[in-house]
Amino acid sequence: MWTFFHKLASPPHFYRIAPAFIRVFAVTGLVLIGWGSWGGLFEAPIDYQQKDAFRIIYVHVPTAYLSMMAYSIMAVSATIGLIWRMKLAHAVAAGAAPLGAWFTFLALATGSIWGRPMWGTWWEWGDPRLTSQLLMLFLYFGYMALRSAIDDPLKADKASAVLALVGAVNIPIIHYSVYWWTSLHQGQTVMEGKMPPEMLNPLLINILGFTLVFGALLLYRVRSEVLYRERRSRWVRELVLGGEMR
Amino acid sequence: MSEALSMGGYGPYVWSCIGLTLIVLAVCAISARRRQHRIFNDIRTQLKAMEQSR
Repeated sequence: MWTFFHKLASPPHFYRIAPAFIRVFAVTGLVLIGWGSWGGLFEAPIDYQQKDAFRIIYVHVPTAYLSMMAYSIMAVSATIGLIWRMKLAHAVAAGAAPLGAWFTFLALATGSIWGRPMWGTWWEWGDPRLTSQLLMLFLYFGYMALRSAIDDPLKADKASAVLALVGAVNIPIIHYSVYWWTSLHQGQTVMEGKMPPEMLNPLLINILGFTLVFGALLLYRVRSEVLYRERRSRWVRELVLGGEMR
Repeated sequence: MSEALSMGGYGPYVWSCIGLTLIVLAVCAISARRRQHRIFNDIRTQLKAMEQSR
């Protein structure tokens, strides 16, 4: 078990085995998204309050959950990188940031499009859930800006890890915001077990599908990150000059 | 069919969310791929230049 993790953390080994995982994750994830979205958009019964507008949850909930998951992955790997000086951990953190930013954008945008017909407004300033989610988008931007501003990768890793860690306090705030304060945003229907199975199942399939696609994208980015960081090593030299493509 | 697509009048909201999500996923995939190619090609150019100068 430990030898498996040790091998996985070795950059050349990771670089070689990642594509197989990326392919399986991407294909399975896309099939699941197709299946779940079909079920959610055409087969799930209409919501008695929100009518057909509720169907936006089939993309909103998976992207919103992954936007927070990406931040958690970023903060945890950055911490592992700080404490154990593990090379791959910092690469994971750096790879997760742009994806997290995109998923945060999706969660905000789909939520906003849903809010227009349901709340009568695209955006409500001061709403705790919306504001804390927007703050997370800026935390991602700050993390990426900080990384690109520091030339020395070791220093960039350390400084950005501290930022990721400090910003992590925002994660429980986003999660519990709908309970701690009065928010326009509704509670977590999925966790509360209030959905009938014909509505819930497509959502669970989509959550799994989006997670797999996110996993594929993350592995792809981490792999590039590893290649860049190891550019002066012998294995990269042999790989690149050996005529191997990508 | 058109009834299913119109989503009881909420069609534009629902479909713009779906479309936007698909576009962003595609952007994520394309940008990841371009980054990989750029890094790989940069390293190759650099290594070749080093070999020639030797």
